[in-house]
Amino acid sequence: MRALALILALLGAPALAEEVVLGLSRDEVAITTRFDGSEILIFGAVKRDGPIPEGSELDVVITLAGPSKPVVVRRKDRRFGIWVNTDAVEVDAAPSFYAVAASGTLSEVLKEVEDLRHKISTERAIRSVGAPETILDSASFTEALIRIREANGLYKTLEDHVAIDQQTLFRTSVAMPANLTEGEYAIRIFLLRDGNVVSQGASTIDVRKVGLERWLFGMSRQQPLLYGLMSLAIAIAAGWGASAVFRYIRS
Amino acid sequence: MLIYLPIAEVSVNAFLLLGLGGAVGILSGMFGVGGGFLMTPLLFFIGIPPAVAVATEANQIVASSFSGVLAHLKRKTVDLKMGTVLLIGGLIGAALGVIVFNYLKSLGQVDLLVKLCYVVFLGVIGALMFVESLNAIRRTRKAGGAPAPRRRSRGWIHALPFKMRFRTSGLYISVIPPVIVGILVGVLSAIMGVGGGFIMVPAMIYLLGMPTKVVVGTSLFQIIFVTGFTTMLHATTNYTVDIVLAVLLLVGGVIGAQIGTRIGTKLKAEQLRILLAIMVLAVCGKLALDLLLTPAEIYSLGAPGGGH
Repeated sequence: MRALALILALLGAPALAEEVVLGLSRDEVAITTRFDGSEILIFGAVKRDGPIPEGSELDVVITLAGPSKPVVVRRKDRRFGIWVNTDAVEVDAAPSFYAVAASGTLSEVLKEVEDLRHKISTERAIRSVGAPETILDSASFTEALIRIREANGLYKTLEDHVAIDQQTLFRTSVAMPANLTEGEYAIRIFLLRDGNVVSQGASTIDVRKVGLERWLFGMSRQQPLLYGLMSLAIAIAAGWGASAVFRYIRS
Repeated sequence: MLIYLPIAEVSVNAFLLLGLGGAVGILSGMFGVGGGFLMTPLLFFIGIPPAVAVATEANQIVASSFSGVLAHLKRKTVDLKMGTVLLIGGLIGAALGVIVFNYLKSLGQVDLLVKLCYVVFLGVIGALMFVESLNAIRRTRKAGGAPAPRRRSRGWIHALPFKMRFRTSGLYISVIPPVIVGILVGVLSAIMGVGGGFIMVPAMIYLLGMPTKVVVGTSLFQIIFVTGFTTMLHATTNYTVDIVLAVLLLVGGVIGAQIGTRIGTKLKAEQLRILLAIMVLAVCGKLALDLLLTPAEIYSLGAPGGGH
């Protein structure tokens, strides 16, 4: 009996005993005319039915992902002395923004199998079904995508960036750059022990243009003809206005 | 002061945009070029998506050209008749150019062809202008300050039918050459995403034999309509005209254009041409280097289904 209870405890306990309670510093990001990036504070606590499990440390991994879109990655090669786009690989879905924060080094706190299952690391979060047959090194295209977006501050791997207190409270902050895409940003939180995911939680942040930004963007899409005419009218008015001002100054 | 652009979806410094607009505006006023061939690469450089840069630039050229043309109209240095003839050709050419552009896009190499177009045209025109104006300056010096009288070529251009009198330019020539010039410039400007002044101005001087004084205003007059047409095309099909970006560029641009026009009238025609030639060659050299040197990043990202 005692052995059976122990086995049950070992199997069932990790999944049930610890649960995520999540908090956000804000649940929406408003893109205004003066928008210059934003910092999101993600914090929470671990709810437990029993005492803190012994023998292993708690680890936390938090991901923040923008809307996914297909991307074409092109590679240049030298042809006739000049650099030309030759090969192209279409990545089926790549998040427009992706940050993964971990309480330790990602490779240490997270097992490969769990990464594969939950698609946590940046490499796994990008879905690439297949490259054309002529391209043998399709992995280097995905690497290039990550490298370019990391350079633009759109992809980040923040290791040792989640602070954990008393194996219960955790918090992290993610800086979002100014060049954000609108949409729903998904937050996922994973509690890990010995590299295995024992519990997870999720939430979303709404990133939206507001005010003048919203109005202009909406108009350019819904009434493009009117928007185009307005652009021209403003251009001509400004041109005429400047000319009139200069004439006035000279006379 | 950082400002978020609603269509480009990036945040940039407003004063940087005002400054860029002003600097390019001065050149636009001085030389009668829209400045697109300088501004568009500059916008790429500060991180504006290429599709937005090209479309917004067209809108901005309308503003700076309009301001410039008013200044020229006041001084009566616009040949409206010649401008209209060029414009008819220009609109036909722009429509043809869009067809060619879309065909190249379907081949997937439009980016390269646009750059090659830039290098070839800027290189040839810049070199020709540079040599010609250098010779003109040398001639002027030898003649003891008196400008050498320009001899108009009386070749095949004057043997063509449909002759028309262009009073402002002091020309009596066939309408065929200006229409052809208009079409060629229209095609090129649609493919290269610029107003086309840098091709138009030398073509008017060297092919049509128009006086330099009239060329600038007439070219600006024609550019307004061709770029206005392009702006509408981009706004309704690609949704890539960023009005906030355009306003910032044109506030700087229209002020610059007014200053440029004043500077332009103070300089001699040969000096003006040699300065333009040097600038054209510099942009050409930069683009050629980009094609020839090993890039720092050989990969690039793009949206599927075209665009460049």
